[in-house]
Amino acid sequence: MNTDYLVKADTFTARFLDKLTMGMPLSEYARRLVTPFNAVAAVLLSLGLPLIGLRFWKGLATVTHASNEYPWSILLGWGLFSGVPLSATGYVMATAVYIFGFKKYHPLVRLGVLTGFMGYLFAVIYLLIDIGRPWRIYYPMAVSFGPTSVLFLVAWHVATYLTVQLLEFSPAILEWIHARRTRRWAILITVAMTIAGVILSTLHQSALGALFLMAPGKLHPLWYSAFIPVFFFISSIYAGFCMVIAVSTVASRYLRDKADGQFLDSLDGLTVGLGKGACIAMFVYFALRVIGVAHDDNWALLATPYGYWFLTEIVLFVLAPCVVLTVGVKHRSARIVRAGAFHALAGVVLTRLNISILMFNWNLPGHFQAIVPPVREVLIVLSIITLHILIFRWILNRMPVMREDPAYQEEPH
Amino acid sequence: MEKPEKGAGGGRSRDARGEAGATVNRRDFLRVVAVAGGAAFLGTAADAEALYDLSGWPDRMGMLTDLTECVGCRSCEAACNAANRLPAPEVPFDEKSVFEQKRRPTANAYTVVNRYEPPKSGNPVYRKVQCNHCEEPSCAAACPVRAYTKTPEGAVLYDKDVCFGCRYCMVACPFYAPAYDYESALEPRVVKCTMCHGRVKAGGVPACAGACPMGAVVFGKRKELLSVARDRIRKHPDRYVDRIYGEVEAGGTSWMYLSGVPFGELDFPTKLPGKPIVENTKGFLSAVPLVLTLWPALLGMCYAANRNKEEKE
Repeated sequence: MNTDYLVKADTFTARFLDKLTMGMPLSEYARRLVTPFNAVAAVLLSLGLPLIGLRFWKGLATVTHASNEYPWSILLGWGLFSGVPLSATGYVMATAVYIFGFKKYHPLVRLGVLTGFMGYLFAVIYLLIDIGRPWRIYYPMAVSFGPTSVLFLVAWHVATYLTVQLLEFSPAILEWIHARRTRRWAILITVAMTIAGVILSTLHQSALGALFLMAPGKLHPLWYSAFIPVFFFISSIYAGFCMVIAVSTVASRYLRDKADGQFLDSLDGLTVGLGKGACIAMFVYFALRVIGVAHDDNWALLATPYGYWFLTEIVLFVLAPCVVLTVGVKHRSARIVRAGAFHALAGVVLTRLNISILMFNWNLPGHFQAIVPPVREVLIVLSIITLHILIFRWILNRMPVMREDPAYQEEPH
Repeated sequence: MEKPEKGAGGGRSRDARGEAGATVNRRDFLRVVAVAGGAAFLGTAADAEALYDLSGWPDRMGMLTDLTECVGCRSCEAACNAANRLPAPEVPFDEKSVFEQKRRPTANAYTVVNRYEPPKSGNPVYRKVQCNHCEEPSCAAACPVRAYTKTPEGAVLYDKDVCFGCRYCMVACPFYAPAYDYESALEPRVVKCTMCHGRVKAGGVPACAGACPMGAVVFGKRKELLSVARDRIRKHPDRYVDRIYGEVEAGGTSWMYLSGVPFGELDFPTKLPGKPIVENTKGFLSAVPLVLTLWPALLGMCYAANRNKEEKE
């Protein structure tokens, strides 16, 4: 009886190890881990992770530039305010394919959903480091409700949407562990989860902008606008498209053997199509930003140093990449579209950093000294980015994301 | 196109103007829609609107700081420190060198006094800084866990037991009042003036007001303080600028100020809206239920349309 049990456990362990090492013997797997990329990653992690420990030992003051005037530092400026629009990939891809019927983009849906899920997961990780008492993060959901707060909405939506995205991605996990019957259930809820995802994303993407409606006078008037929720929502749409282009570009290059023929063959054509979608959203967004200036009659402010910076943002980082994308779409060139997509993503991050950090408290004395993040905080951010990439790669290496599992080809998707 | 106004009122004004022809028919139609769709409903909505328009707790208290009286002795800082059992300061309270820098309330000091030398004033001007206890506080509106309460006595109080430390209150406060305990690893709190709520409830006055040798900080009913302030401006127009800071700023504050020099020269935020800042988010928040209800229907229709097309193919 005892031996039976042991044999069974042994098989389970063996199967488990097999999954983790991708079928390689342990020694072979370990040998393959020694790469220049992993070496850099190891250095960054060994610098950053102890600093996260320091935050929970000596307080935020020892690792960030956050202060009484600047409550939010790059932990949130990057991790939350830039991370969430870059994670709009899940809802834009799932909506395009399952709701609007652009079926040919199906090979990119799982990559989009995974990028989205991981992005939100890590946004929460940045939050857990930044907030004072992270073990109370569920308080807005269960202990004390503050429904007048835009952040209350963000808290609920990010928590719910994280769950929704896990469910949306679950078929890939279930295929990986060969749970055929459960997978069927997971597929059944796809459309409902997609619609839930759009609702939640519409609201919290825009809510991240609406948070700043509470700071008139603190945020520079060129960036403070009653339209800020709409700006955030529309920019999340093209951020989502461009991020799918960016992630698929990098993944198909460095993890080529994890993608199937269908994925690789269709990628260039689909990239151009996504570029077209991004273009439309960007033209709309650019027009809205200009209308925003007109709405508040801020034309005079454009002729100030802050105005030049504003123009840099919307011309060099919104209009210019949009033109690059348009050229790429016209010439059906995936290369040009990819260049435009990376450029547009830089613009999204710039806008979010402008609003959450660079132009926040613009009129306080010593502003530009106050916002320079300390080395420790930069190292924390770099180490979390590293962890993000490592876990992302871990999943792409194992689960059917850029390929279809032949065992499930006949099943509904 | 004229929108039907609340209930039947719009219809009445139309009759008075006596328009004719097709326009009347259309407007009559609109009126019918307005009446049928919601005479009773709009009636109650109008009542609710009246109820909503609260002007605050009737007998709330307030503070009036007269900056022309303040001599920068920092007695208020010392009294506040003692009353709230705060840690001893790094430099003693009678030390004047602190005025070389502009300070702000911190996790260890609910209030600080700063010195200014405005160009047109011969003497230095001292400004006491602390939480202004807004009539409709931004911190309270911003807090996702409702850690803030506006008490009937006027103070805005913070509850550390539900706070998870997101610091959105600090982003939202137009006066840069709340401070945060960044040094604490596991139990950081937001720290700010309580307008000595406990002492006030027990019938006393806030420590700073009790300690001020010049009577520059006075405590009383906000309504009465406002008329005191107006009186002083009227009697001494050459002494004061014609403005009571805190009367309308960000919807009004419990703590108000009189000054002999323009408030902007003393780093008071002077470009704040004259209404509660939370009003700026109401448009967004009222769109939330619309998205929640309309999106599923619209997206479901898109999905159905595509299914229909596929079936035909």
